[in-house]
This record gives sequence, structure tokens and C-alpha cells, in this order.
Amino acid sequence: MSNSNITQEVVERIKSTLGDLVKGIEEHKGFVTVYVDPENLVKAASLLKSMGFDHVKSVTVVDRIKEKVFHVGYHVSSFSDPELAKVVVELATIISREDDAKVPSLTGVWTSAEFQEREAYEFFGIIFEGHPDLRPILLAPDVAEKRPLRKDFVVKEEGIYRE
Amino acid sequence: MPGSQKAKGRVYVGNVDVAAKRAREILMKKAKVGKLVDWATAFSLWPVHLTTSCCGCEFAATWSPRFDAERYGALPWVGARQTNMILIEGTVTRKMACALRVTWEQMPYPKFAIAMGACALDGGIFYNSYNIVRPWEVIPVDVFIPGCPPRPEAVARAILELQRIIREKDLVGSWIAEGKRPDKPIVKPKEDPCAWWRG
Amino acid sequence: MSSDVRGMSVGETRRIHGLEVKKIARDLYEVFIGPQHPGSGHMRIIVRLDGDVIVEADPDLGYVHRTVEKLSEGRQWIKIIPLIERMAILDACNVTLPYVEAVEKLLGIEPPERAKFLRVLLCEINRIASHLYGMGIFGVFLGHSTMYMWPFGDREVFVELAEWLTGARLTHSYPVPGGVRRDMPEGFADAVRKAARYMRKRLEEYRKIFLDNPVIRRRLEGVGVIPKKLAIELGIVGPNLRASGVRYDVRIVEPYEVYDELEFEVPVFEEGDALARAWVRVEEIKQSLNIIEQVVERLEKMPKGEGLMHDRFWAKAPPLFKQVLQKEGRVKLMPIMAMLRVPKGRAFARAEAGRGEIIYYVESDGGITPYRVRVVTPSFKNAIVFKHVLPGHRLADLPAIYGSIDYFPPEADR
Repeated sequence: MSNSNITQEVVERIKSTLGDLVKGIEEHKGFVTVYVDPENLVKAASLLKSMGFDHVKSVTVVDRIKEKVFHVGYHVSSFSDPELAKVVVELATIISREDDAKVPSLTGVWTSAEFQEREAYEFFGIIFEGHPDLRPILLAPDVAEKRPLRKDFVVKEEGIYRE
Repeated sequence: MPGSQKAKGRVYVGNVDVAAKRAREILMKKAKVGKLVDWATAFSLWPVHLTTSCCGCEFAATWSPRFDAERYGALPWVGARQTNMILIEGTVTRKMACALRVTWEQMPYPKFAIAMGACALDGGIFYNSYNIVRPWEVIPVDVFIPGCPPRPEAVARAILELQRIIREKDLVGSWIAEGKRPDKPIVKPKEDPCAWWRG
Repeated sequence: MSSDVRGMSVGETRRIHGLEVKKIARDLYEVFIGPQHPGSGHMRIIVRLDGDVIVEADPDLGYVHRTVEKLSEGRQWIKIIPLIERMAILDACNVTLPYVEAVEKLLGIEPPERAKFLRVLLCEINRIASHLYGMGIFGVFLGHSTMYMWPFGDREVFVELAEWLTGARLTHSYPVPGGVRRDMPEGFADAVRKAARYMRKRLEEYRKIFLDNPVIRRRLEGVGVIPKKLAIELGIVGPNLRASGVRYDVRIVEPYEVYDELEFEVPVFEEGDALARAWVRVEEIKQSLNIIEQVVERLEKMPKGEGLMHDRFWAKAPPLFKQVLQKEGRVKLMPIMAMLRVPKGRAFARAEAGRGEIIYYVESDGGITPYRVRVVTPSFKNAIVFKHVLPGHRLADLPAIYGSIDYFPPEADR
């Protein structure tokens, strides 16, 4: 079975499992994004886990400064189910871009998100509510306060092909 | 030191500090033992096991059988107290700068530093990163090795270069005799590299 | 305040000889291991000990955090390849390949067949070199000097092969969007076969001196056991996952490049202890040797000097560039590469690097630089092992566990 067929099948299964929680589904190159509301995040995550998505590959945060929102996505997949392993699903939510933006933590559902949520916290300043140990992991505390991966933190770049 | 012992040229047997200092001066300067110490130190430059970045791959390869840097008398060693050289492998991040300075301060003098890789020179490919420091702002560096990463041959060359500097400038003998390095001022970082740690 | 530790209460801090001393709990000691420690350095593990039993471990990462993700947002697409390569220069092709694949997905192009085989060739050479490096460092951790010297000596064979193919010992920057930079040189195939024959013999000697060494076995067997369920829960990747009985390898789950045309097995062990993790690496080296032999055989049958770069770029190349390819077997990168604009979109790519699955999420807004590059490296995912597996072991087992994870800090910290 080709990959796109499996993806379609998994999307249908996710739709039927999550039901009303799904706010939108987008297909991108190499993964499927499932949008849910922030307050439904934990519920949706538990449902996905019961489907067989057993680990988080990446906690992907994107700072969309023009729209003034943070895109918080959990790329999840499966180790135990060889069919699901072929598909990567991003459970995503959109939160408004504030200094102390809050989103519920999914470490309780997927332990594998623990370090990556800490990373997102220090780089974007997003507070993961319910995280057991939320403190900077990679950066020294004074650098972490600058929230370096936000788009308004600019590093100087030398280049000849500059827009 | 008490004022009565300020007179020059006389050894007070009762004062161990003064006696030791005089003996050091005689041995190191007059009898040319300093040369011997220089020679001995040049062939026992032991780098401490502080791997700061990815140049560590080539650092490890330098001591592997093919390039075998142990034949220059250099042997990477575990404890900072038993070593006399730091080989900075590449980028030094803000967090690592603290570890670098602490390790450097733990090492007994005479001690030397080689900075390896473009990042250690001036940031290299990470020149505009917000999380790196220039290692020469943290500790005094004797030899720089360009390259990203430098080949093991270049690392071996740097060790030989450091040996040459030590023996030509009589560094170690006069360093021990005078208690400070003769050719370079002591580098103290402008900012405390451990400020983030101390809070 | 007195200047010694007598009479301190729990939680109290005193300055003694210029150092801050904090009493944490009765009979509980806090030991900072690293970043200056025997072995590969770069990281700190804060362990709390009851006697010599670890009750809590807190990995303190970030000593080599060089802000790759942020710097990527300000650099042209092609310039990011050398940048991300520095995360794991000993495994350079595997680390850059998924980024290149993600960019290719956004561009909607696929490299020619020959370029794909060349990529796989270098990936597997890198994997062998990376595993040998890991075994050498493992040897250092266990105080087994011979096991440091032998793999590092043998690693040079594969580093030399990679240098011959790409021109650089470690930082190859070999895959570029649309293809590869150089063709396979004359006589390379025979050198690969010779290296494979040599390495198979050496692996047998490694088994005798290291893996079947009674001292080493006593130190590794049953140490740092990660059961299958825990391994999945923690989301660890690569040889560590496969040593715990999970058959997950991106090369078979989602075959990229030409892995679906090659024959190889994925070694899986059930024990999940430090010895199994060492064995997985040895078995993977054997499989990689099989792969590179198959690949050079296929490459020999293909016409030389063509199929290195996608037509979209190659069609616009001036005649001089084609002469360089004919004469030197290397591709001059077109000026279009520097000005490359990637269509708007989001792409996700994964590959099996030496230490496990590496992931890229690349987002483009149509400009000459990416909007966001998110990379999750295998070592960063494996770092969680220290927190969840170390407690309950003795301090003396820490080097064995640390070494067996094959943790490479610059890769983890990015």
C-alpha cells in the first residue's frame, strides 16, 4: 500500500476518533496537521495515544509574528504499530502571541515530550501548564530570558544576497 | 612578609618563603636548570579532558593510532590538577566558558592553551550566534589552529609549535622562578564567565 | 556564619573556602559530573546519591548549544547545509540528508538515480565511522584503552574513503538540493570492497577482545536495562531503541533515497542492556558493509559523469560547469543555488542517522531564507534516558550507561 493511501486511511480514523475536537486538517509534505483548540489538547492527545501514536517526535513551535500567534505542534508517530509508523501526524494548536502564552502540557500523556517542552519554554517563553519540571534546559537563564527563537529577537547577519 | 626581612641579597635561613625563593632563583637562572625544565615540560604537555565542541572528533583522531600524538609526549588526562595544557576544541558557548575558566584555574602553572578551529579564532561559521564567546576572552591562548575542523596533522603541528615557543622563550624556567608568566600579561575575563551560574 | 559544614541544616547554604556549600538532605549527596570528565565531555549530569546509589539524575545539557535553529532563519538555503553539518561532523551526510530532502520536497524535485546511490554510499560510510567512534568512546569510558585505539584506527579507513569521495575528512557537505557534489572517483569501488573485507575481520577481533571479554560483560550485562515499554514511552531512537526489542528503522519504515532497492537486515536485540546496545552497533556495521558493497556494484554499472544533479539546475549551467564535471568529476554549484527561492510550504523529513532518527521540519515563506527550521537530533531524544534510567544504579555504572547510549553532545545541543 502506498504512503498516501495509508495517510488517507489514518486521517479518516483520526477524524472518527477525535470527532468534534478537530478544528481542521491540513496535509503538508510529509505530515498531516490536525488542529484542535488549546483546551482540548490533552483530551485529543490521549485519544491519539489510544489509537497507537505512542511517542512525540518533535515539539514544533513556530512564531507567526504577522498573525500574532504561536503555532504549537506535536509531531507524533508510532514505534509499536508498523502501519502507523509510516505516518507522521502533527497535533497542533494556535495560541495568541503574548509574553507568557500558556498551553496545557502533554508530558503527562507522552513522556517523550518532556525535554522538548522545556526547550520550547526557554526559546519561546511558552508556559506549559502542568509540566512537572519546567525550567531552561539548553540555555543559561539570562540568555533564556531573551526568548531567542522568537522572531523579534534578531541576530546580525552578514551576506551579499540580502533582501 | 615582615619588614625586617626586606634587605636584599641575604638569605634568612629561618624564613622558608625567602629561602625557597632565593634557591629557586639560583637554580633556575644561574645554573641553567631552567633550560632543563623547559625541555622536560615541552615533552610532557598533557591536555586536560575538556571537550568543548565538535572539533573533539579530530582531537580524538589526533591521539588515535594513525596520527599518534602521544609520540610528542602529549597524553590527554582526566584530572585538571595533573595537566598543564588546555586544547580548546572549537566553539565555546556561554555555559562552557564557565567550565573552561574553572578548569583553567584548577590547573597548576606553568600552563598553556591551544585554540583549535575557526570557531575558537573568531566564531567561524557561528560568528553571529548569541550563545558563544571567544575563548581568548576567557583564557590566554598561545597557539591558534585554523580550519573547520583542522586536520589531525594541524593539531600535531600546533603541539610542536607550542614546544618550540616554550623552548625558545625559556618560558617555563622563568615562569617558575618569577611566579608569573614572563611574556604575556595574565588574562582575566572582563566579564565573569560564570555570572549566569552565580546568579 | 561559621566557615565549616558542622551543624548545617538541610537547605542551608554557606560559603566555605570561597565555594558555596549547600546541604541538601541527610545522607544524600549531590555530585556534578562534567563537563570536564573522563570520556567525551561536553555535558553535565547532576546526580543525587544515597551512598553510591543514584536516586535522582538531572542531565544539564546545552554546553554546546550553538543556536543552529536561529542562525538557519537568517541564512540562504544552501548555506544552511554546512551549518547543520557541524552538529555531528562525524556523521555529516546522515545529518544533512533529511534537510536536503525536505528542501527537495518543497521544490518538488527528486535527484537522479546515480545521485541517490552516491548519497546512500556516503551515508553508510558515515554510519560505520560514527559507530566506530561511539565504540571507541565507549572503550574510554570503561577504561579499555585497546577498544579506544582499535576502532579509532579502523575508523580512519572509512574517513579516508569519505575524504576520497568528497574532499573533506568530516565536513563533507555532500548532498545538495537536487543531487550531490562529486562523482565516485576511479578505483573507489575496489577500495570499498577491500575496506569491507578488512572490517569484517576486525569486527570478529572486537568481539573477542571487547564484547566477549568476561570483564566487560560483567560490567555491561544487565546494566542500564531499558525495557521495551519504557523505550517506547521515552521515545528514544536508533540503536538504543532497537537494543530494546523495537524494530524501528526509518530505512525500512519510510525508505528514503534507494534503501528500498537494497538488501539489508535491521538487527534487533531483546535484552535492552548496555551490552545489547554495543552489539547492535557491531551488527549494524556488518549490515552497512553489505550495503556499501551493493551500492558500489550498482554504481559501477551506471554511466559515469552524469546524473549527479537534477535537470532543473543542470539545464541552466554554462558550458564551463559541464567541462569541470567531465574533467574533475565534481559539480560546480550554480549561482542559482545562492539565490535559491523555495516555494511556500511546510515539509517534514526524517532519516536514520548513526545515532538514530533525525527529524527536520522546514517551513518556507517563499523567500531566500527559510522561515523556520526545526531539527530534533537523535542524541537530544536519547538524553532523556539519563533522567529516567540512571536512578537505581550505582555511580560506578554511570560510565557504562553513558557510554552505551553513544551520546554526542554537540548533536544534542545543536
